[in-house]
Amino acid sequence: MKIDIKSEKGTAIALLKGEIDHHSAISAREQLDSFIINMQPEVLAMDMSGITFMDSSGIGLIMGRQKLMKECGGRLEVRSPQSSIRRVLRLAGIERIVRIT
Amino acid sequence: MEILNEIRFSMPSLSVNESAARAAVSAFIVQADPTVEELSDIRTAVSEAVTNAIVHGYRGTSGRIDMVVRLLPDREIYIRVRDSGCGIADVKKAMEPLFTTAPEEERSGLGFSVMESFMDRLSVRSESGRGTTVTMRKKLAAHGG
Repeated sequence: MKIDIKSEKGTAIALLKGEIDHHSAISAREQLDSFIINMQPEVLAMDMSGITFMDSSGIGLIMGRQKLMKECGGRLEVRSPQSSIRRVLRLAGIERIVRIT
Repeated sequence: MEILNEIRFSMPSLSVNESAARAAVSAFIVQADPTVEELSDIRTAVSEAVTNAIVHGYRGTSGRIDMVVRLLPDREIYIRVRDSGCGIADVKKAMEPLFTTAPEEERSGLGFSVMESFMDRLSVRSESGRGTTVTMRKKLAAHGG
């Protein structure tokens, strides 16, 4: 999985590309956490339009970043997941905790 | 059980093999012409089962994961994922949504829920110290034309 992060005026957009599974989530977690801790964005939007596969490891990845963003006084959003990814998000009920657009 | 076609493969419990297992299963079941959604469901369920074997079955150790994928009559897909790891002491509890023994690794405890939701049938047989066998089946929709 590849992550490109762009930041402007307190809002950061992390563009995720590829597949999220237990293997790829490990490095994604490190990269996102490093950015959150160092840059302290008000909003971190995970743009998932480029994610072609996600299992429940992606739920752990989102929930963990949501928790860290909250601890840092910010907010996490999930943007543009493909329909197959939305099904996993729906199953986890994640829309009750994180804004999905 | 009448088997129309079958593949068997075995791999070490390396996390990089999660995607390899998905790819192998996808390549095999494409012959049954699944819909995009069916293929996605099966790939997701396989990923969960293989990840469980790596993260929970062989926790802190390593071993092999044996997989069988079968094409059965009436467009039914059969998948078996077997590890020889530590086993599950309480299968019923392990299958409860959000139950996890690895919260520090951000495991959501939804693996079995995903398998149950995305496949038609799920069976989990496990014995402490001897390993776990997950069997899943899914019937593909009949061809329209």
